[in-house]
Amino acid sequence: MKKLITVSAIALASMTSTAFASDSVTACLITKTDTNPFFVKMREGAEAKAAELGMELKSFAGKVDGDHETQVAAIETCIADGAKGILLTASDTSSIVTAVTQARDAGLVVIALDTPLDPIEAADATFATDNFLAGELIGQWAAAKLGDAAADAKIAMLDLAVSQPTVGVLRDQGFLQGFGIDLGDPNKWGDETDPRIVGNDITSGNEEGGRKAMENLLAKDADINVVYTINEPAAAGAYEALKSIGREKDVLIVSVDGGCPGVENIADGVIGATSQQYPLLMASKGVEAIFAWANDGAKPALTPGKDFFDTGVALVTDMAVDGVDSISVAEGRDLCWG
Amino acid sequence: MSDAESFEGAAKAAPDQVAKFETTKKGFVPTLQHWLHVNPALVPLIVLVLSIAIFGLLLGSKFFSPFALTLILQQVQIVGIVAAAQSLVILTAGIDLSVGAIAVLSSVIMGQFTFRYGLPVEVAVACGLAFGTAVGAINGWLIAVMKLPPFIVTLGMWQIVLAANFLYSSNETIRSQEIEAEAPLLQLLGTTFKIGADADGRGGANFTYGVIAMVLIFAFLAYALRQTAWGRHIYAVGDDPDAAQLSGVNVRKILISVYAVTGLICGIAGWALIGRIGSVSPTSGQLLNIESITAVVIGGISLFGGRGSIMGPLFGALIVGVFTLGLRLLGADAQWTYLLIGVLIISAVAVDQWIRKVSV
Repeated sequence: MKKLITVSAIALASMTSTAFASDSVTACLITKTDTNPFFVKMREGAEAKAAELGMELKSFAGKVDGDHETQVAAIETCIADGAKGILLTASDTSSIVTAVTQARDAGLVVIALDTPLDPIEAADATFATDNFLAGELIGQWAAAKLGDAAADAKIAMLDLAVSQPTVGVLRDQGFLQGFGIDLGDPNKWGDETDPRIVGNDITSGNEEGGRKAMENLLAKDADINVVYTINEPAAAGAYEALKSIGREKDVLIVSVDGGCPGVENIADGVIGATSQQYPLLMASKGVEAIFAWANDGAKPALTPGKDFFDTGVALVTDMAVDGVDSISVAEGRDLCWG
Repeated sequence: MSDAESFEGAAKAAPDQVAKFETTKKGFVPTLQHWLHVNPALVPLIVLVLSIAIFGLLLGSKFFSPFALTLILQQVQIVGIVAAAQSLVILTAGIDLSVGAIAVLSSVIMGQFTFRYGLPVEVAVACGLAFGTAVGAINGWLIAVMKLPPFIVTLGMWQIVLAANFLYSSNETIRSQEIEAEAPLLQLLGTTFKIGADADGRGGANFTYGVIAMVLIFAFLAYALRQTAWGRHIYAVGDDPDAAQLSGVNVRKILISVYAVTGLICGIAGWALIGRIGSVSPTSGQLLNIESITAVVIGGISLFGGRGSIMGPLFGALIVGVFTLGLRLLGADAQWTYLLIGVLIISAVAVDQWIRKVSV
């Protein structure tokens, strides 16, 4: 019993001492998972910036992508903890709004990173990649690369999931617009009527799904020569499917993400071009915004003409084409994540 | 010798039929019921042939071609291999939720041992297979010796192995090109060979070593389950473990060996997974447990244990593959595939219950 009291006393003392010592601003980072390299990089960026500004950063993550409950619990913990702001990549962009509103009512600033909430105004600000632009860049590049042959291209669209999350729709529709194909409803994919599109299939954003989707579309039409992919793992899977029938050399694969393995795949000729995004920047900008909010109550500004703060996107390829700005693989390698 | 001690004579006089069951039911339906009871893999085989025929009629040569039909084999190879493992467990009236996680971590171990520690690739593959076997054996020990329910043990093991997978790999992918250059043995089961392709290498039947491995595993297990004491004991344990124990079957040993073999086969599935997707990816195979149970159930193996044919799950996995590709080629929304597979699962269990009622 005596021992227990001593231990509790020490614990209590240390708790109060940290409470007194940390006059600093506390911020929370809540990601979808803590295993995806994209979010790992995001956390690194946030931690570095927080250390620089003398802030305290607490990181939370869902167990798997789509784990909504853990994220809600994390928001509640941050409110109770007296944090000044929350950086959030939401798994369920509409259901999380209730918890976000609760946090904002409690005086916290909530910034959505990478994934906009639904509606986007539910957060104080969104720091993200312009996914439509990311798609548009690879679409323009593919069309320019094909030249006249673009008029009778056969395109496979390897999308994310049947539930059509916004990030997947934006990249898909951006690509089609960049390639010069009429969009139907820009809020969904799969309703286009252009005969150049062989079909859409879903990949879950991984190698396995990418290969299966590519095989399915090849069974539909073996002459596919342009492949749009939601991300680089899906692109790697699609490449394996093409390789198994000996067509990997005459098909153009484009993708989005800019992860380090993806950039290496460009160097090796697996992927023709990819649009690179910058999770590190999203996180460090987010931490700065919370710092500003805590010190003088300033709300983060948005990129003019957009309803979010654009953290930028760059086309990475070693086969630059006229009219589309791009950076080389060497430059992409310096900026890649994961 | 007195007449009372003439046992042979007494035995001769006794009726030679110990028990006789009179068939009271006659007609087509009871006969069919009996027939299906004796050949449990027939229902999925009939469904498989019918579904191929229907999609063949609807889609013509696009579906009914050597290319598309062998593509289905390639797409189901991983689920098929895991379903073979799952069948063994379900025959003992157990269930294994950790199969997919074991397969993925085995593949990660094969990759990381080669690239992170620089082990010879043969050793790394052996380590991956040994890991799968060891995790399976731990499952088996907890179930057979500690008497914990299989569902709980493998539910826990699924989480443990999956978390270990992400922690150990940091979710980093090893790229196909690196594997091809430095450790091609990892991609062995992905080696493709073609039969009857045209000059450009298009069309024709495509086979991979992974598909051959799947067929061999099923053939081997079919032999083992029918012809070896180990196989017959699995059925006995699944049907009634107490009766099996009283008949001299070492139930513990059988259960541990079943889960260990399951783990080993999952390790092989992990190896085949590298061949299929080219790279080592810790995020793949997340749904293998559910998909393998689906294949086993559609394949007509009873979840109550002790009944069913090992070939059933192969047909079950192929049925799912045929529906998936067929519906995609028809241009249907992918959700229709899941909906129809749900219908198939419930129908399969309903048919199983009906067959169980056979009294012939």
